[in-house]
Formats: sequence, C-alpha cells, structure tokens
Amino acid sequence: MTHLIIFLVFGALCVAGAVNLLVQRHPINGALSLVVVMGSLAVEYLLLGAEFVAAVQVIVYAGAIMVLFVFVIMLLNAGEEERTKGSRVALLFGIPGMLVGSVLVGWILIERTGSQTVAAGALPGAPRTIGWLLFHNFLLPFEVTSILVLIAIMGAVVLASHPDADQGKRGN
Amino acid sequence: MVPISYYLILSGILFACGVTGFLIKRNIISIFMSIELMLNGVNLSFVAFAAQWHALSGQIFVFFVMVVAAAEAAVGLAIIIAVYRTRETLNVDQVDLLKL
Repeated sequence: MTHLIIFLVFGALCVAGAVNLLVQRHPINGALSLVVVMGSLAVEYLLLGAEFVAAVQVIVYAGAIMVLFVFVIMLLNAGEEERTKGSRVALLFGIPGMLVGSVLVGWILIERTGSQTVAAGALPGAPRTIGWLLFHNFLLPFEVTSILVLIAIMGAVVLASHPDADQGKRGN
Repeated sequence: MVPISYYLILSGILFACGVTGFLIKRNIISIFMSIELMLNGVNLSFVAFAAQWHALSGQIFVFFVMVVAAAEAAVGLAIIIAVYRTRETLNVDQVDLLKL
C-alpha cells in the first residue's frame, strides 16, 4: 500500500513537471521542471529496485546534464519564446488521433502486462551486480561508449570554440 | 504493490509529453529538453521491463542510454551555441537556411 502511494505521489509529480515543461514559455522554467521530472523518476527507479540507475539518474541527468542546459540558457540569455500559429489540420486530426492512440496503448499495456507486481524492498540492481555485469558481459560496449564520450568532448570543444580564436592562432 | 503496467503507462505519458513538446515548442533549447524527456520516458520502460523479466540487462541499457544522452547533450548544446553565434536567434522558424 505504501508502495502504491509513493508511486502515485511521485508519478503525479513527474507528469506535473512534464506538463509544466510544455506550458512554460521561458526555457529556464522548463529546465527547472525537467529537474523535478528527473528527480521523481529516480524515486520510481528505486521503487523498481534499480538502485544504481536511480543514483546515476540523479548524478548524471539531474546533476550534470541539467546544469549544462541551465548554463547554456543563461549564457545565451534566452528570453521567452514566441508562439507561432500551428496548422488547423494538426489540431483537427492530432488531438483525436492522440486520444485514440493513448487509449489503445493504455489498454494494451494493462491487458498484456497483466497485474504482475514488483516486490517492495527487492533491490536486484545493486551497484555491485551492475558493475560485475558491465565489466564482464558488456565490456566491449562499455569501452565503445568511452570512446564515444571522448569524441563528444572533442566535438563540443571544436563546435563551441570561437572561430576568431582559431584564426588568430593560425595567423601567428 | 504496483503493477508493471502502471510504470509503463507513466513512461508512455512522459514520452507523449516529450513528443508534444518537440512539435509545439519553438525555442531550440526547449526542443532539446523535450528530447531529454522522451529519453527519460524510454528509460523508465527499460527499468520496468527489467523488473518484470528479472533481467538486469535492461538496467545496463539504461546506463548506456544515459551515457549517449550526456554525449548528445554536450554536442547538441555546442551546436546551439554555434547557431546562436551565427544567427543571433534561438527560434527554429528563423533557422531555415543551410548557409548564410
């Protein structure tokens, strides 16, 4: 019962944050509501027994990535966005289509996955187990992602560096 | 006790919010945040299925998704800075030329 209450509270917080992201017009408000979504998702991961994923969610997503977003929003001094008029066709067909699709998906999920539940307090995703799997069964993908991150760092530095600084160096 | 389907429905709602934001937002940073929201929704379904099938590979996939999302955020935000530097706007409607 407590399990269900915690799930509902943080699920509601999650959905509220996601809807707030859509409603807010200033990107900084959107970024802060995204932090709320990610923090409450970490609680949902804990409820599912994914201890490691919950910790990484807080550290990497709510910490590192969102700080990067807030930093860029403040660096570019982003103001409120302008609204452009959407097309009538999208409004006419989009909303009924979305309703039908969501009802269909919800019905299939409830029918197919049944009422199987997760035991409360079970933590199969402890960091020790995940680490063992990561360095045995998934060693090659793990090393490949490290190369990917290295490439991403170099790409970010090259893209964000000022073009004039590069030319000045070449001139000398 | 929470049925797995509740987690999947929550993940579907988050993904739908992400898609909607991607379509209706005009600020390039907001569009990028909507993509992050979609990734989070998918991550939740990965963890839910991992719990259902008692397979920890699902949680490993979430780890990889997070690594790729971090790399994507770094490169994407660098591209946004470069776009802003050349065009002085963040509105995607005004960024419609490949070459200035």
